[in-house]
Amino acid sequence: MSVVTELKTRTPAETQLLQLAEARGENENARRPAIEALRRDGLPTRKVEAWHYTDLRALVGRRIKDDAAVASLKAGDDAILEPLLANSVVICLDDPVSAHLPDGVMATSSSSVADWQASPNHLDRSIDTIRALSAAFGASSAKIAVSSKTSVDTPIELRPAAGSDSHFYAQVSVGEGASATFVERLEGDGSPAPSTGVSTLTIADRANVLWIVDQEKGAEASHLGQLNVTIGADAVFRLFVLNAGGGLVRYEVHAETVGEGADVQIRGANLLKDGQHVDVTTTLNHRVPNTTATETFRNVVTGGHGVFQGMIKVAKGAQKTDAKMACNSLLLSDEGDFSAKPELEIFADDVQCGHGATAGEIDADHLFYLMSRGIPEATARALLVKAFLGEVVEELEDEAIVEALEARIDTWLDTHA
Amino acid sequence: MLEIKNLHARVADEGTEILRGVNLTIEAGEVAAIMGPNGSGKSTLSYILAGREDYEVTEGDILYNGESVLEMDPAERAAAGLFLAFQYPLEIPGVATMTFLKTALNAQRKARGEAELTTPDFMRKVKASAEELKIAPDMLKRPLNVGFSGGEKKRAEILQMALLEPKLCIMDETDSGLDIDALKIVSDGVNALRSEERAFLVITHYQRLLDYIVPDTVHVLYKGRIIKTGDKNLALQLENEGYAQIVDEAA
Repeated sequence: MSVVTELKTRTPAETQLLQLAEARGENENARRPAIEALRRDGLPTRKVEAWHYTDLRALVGRRIKDDAAVASLKAGDDAILEPLLANSVVICLDDPVSAHLPDGVMATSSSSVADWQASPNHLDRSIDTIRALSAAFGASSAKIAVSSKTSVDTPIELRPAAGSDSHFYAQVSVGEGASATFVERLEGDGSPAPSTGVSTLTIADRANVLWIVDQEKGAEASHLGQLNVTIGADAVFRLFVLNAGGGLVRYEVHAETVGEGADVQIRGANLLKDGQHVDVTTTLNHRVPNTTATETFRNVVTGGHGVFQGMIKVAKGAQKTDAKMACNSLLLSDEGDFSAKPELEIFADDVQCGHGATAGEIDADHLFYLMSRGIPEATARALLVKAFLGEVVEELEDEAIVEALEARIDTWLDTHA
Repeated sequence: MLEIKNLHARVADEGTEILRGVNLTIEAGEVAAIMGPNGSGKSTLSYILAGREDYEVTEGDILYNGESVLEMDPAERAAAGLFLAFQYPLEIPGVATMTFLKTALNAQRKARGEAELTTPDFMRKVKASAEELKIAPDMLKRPLNVGFSGGEKKRAEILQMALLEPKLCIMDETDSGLDIDALKIVSDGVNALRSEERAFLVITHYQRLLDYIVPDTVHVLYKGRIIKTGDKNLALQLENEGYAQIVDEAA
């Protein structure tokens, strides 16, 4: 057996990303090791299992072809947005201290970068790709804390820096018995060079957090996001991910139950059209006994490529884990495709875990039934697509939140489906 | 109102011929019953009338008020006044019953050039019809037919029929799966809709339903053809003697 050292040749895109990282200037010391790691390892290819369906090296390479693409990074493009949820307080992640926050919520800026030297996804390389990019570019870093026993009624919307070359690292903690709703708002025209957003969310015992990701970036935008969550005893973590934009998008969720009675509820909708590559990769780590998780993604594909990788891991001794995962795709066109890879890795013997993936077209019987009542075909199809997505949105139960998300989904469907 | 002329049809995918020359005329105000053994083509006929794409008409025509409906899609036929009460109404998760009813009603009104109903008017209309059919308000809050019992689904079909006020009602084995009380509620609902301008095509296996919905004409469908036509007494005869004798006569 011989060990072959592969000679790494850097793609033009990788070279340009490194130049961009070097040019950022601020926070040099914290970023330097990550830049060097990227110089050494480059972007992952499909040979890295975690990136098998999203060959980042090739996909970014295809998007950054010339200097013009990178130059467009410098153009600020974000119009003033209404928050997703009415009456939200908005925290700009590059200037967190200036937000007027509700009682019991603190926001500070920090110079720390994401911890990239180990990956929560064991299928990634020895470094964590998204965190390494975040650390190499990372300039804006925010810490947000909700005090224990505080029930924050005002939704907190987190916004990356204005402009397209945005990279944020947010460390959010929600204290014991507290409750809060966060919206991670990913908007703007963006650019072919990926923006990054890495968050850590620490949910203390008996706390209750709803985190909504609203990703509606422009068709040219590349974005790599990651949410790392730990959930304490009897705490509830609910997540909704809406992907309704972007050119090249990967959103990773790594959730870990660290206290008994922790409950994880992940729901999401991926809406795909021609020219997009959208990847949602999740790992649910059940570390302790008696924790529950449900995860359902619904995908509507009119074109492009969709990816879902879902891993449920049950540690030795994490008995009575109850975890279920589903990924359902509605393929509205032959132009698009969706790859789903659910996985289970279980080291306990008294657990209930299940996963399922389906893909199909609109049910012809359902369509006939609606049309037989006089509903024209286009309207009937739209009703069925909305129903398919509505089922996961309505599980959020809060009427205002359901309405806000359905309005975003309806806008997308009216334009693209 | 309805003229079916020498209708031949087959399953689109596999080519199995199911209707082999059906001739049938139904006048406005008439209640026509179609009876026949399993596999005679009763449900297929109802689906073809409603415009289901799984079947292909190879010969003959269906005239509704003198015009062929073969080129019309199911929604166009419904807007023109055809209604099929399904043998097995579908459960559609995620589609709220009220949204569905309102969308259907207003789509039909729009297709006919009528003004859409306001929400209060719509609500009043639904409430009145639901009460008559003993449909609990809670049922209407659920997704369309989801979790409904067999009897509830059939009542919901009649509710749709009452709201949409079709001109030609095709009822595909509406009695299947109904207990005697539900059968009575459903039949009362149908009888309340009987009028000079409205025709019914009632498909059933059993004479029992025809005690409640008394037909003007009874037709026996066998191997894709109408082999005998009579009045309500024909249904009684079938109940007593079975299909064997009529089939022999026709052979």
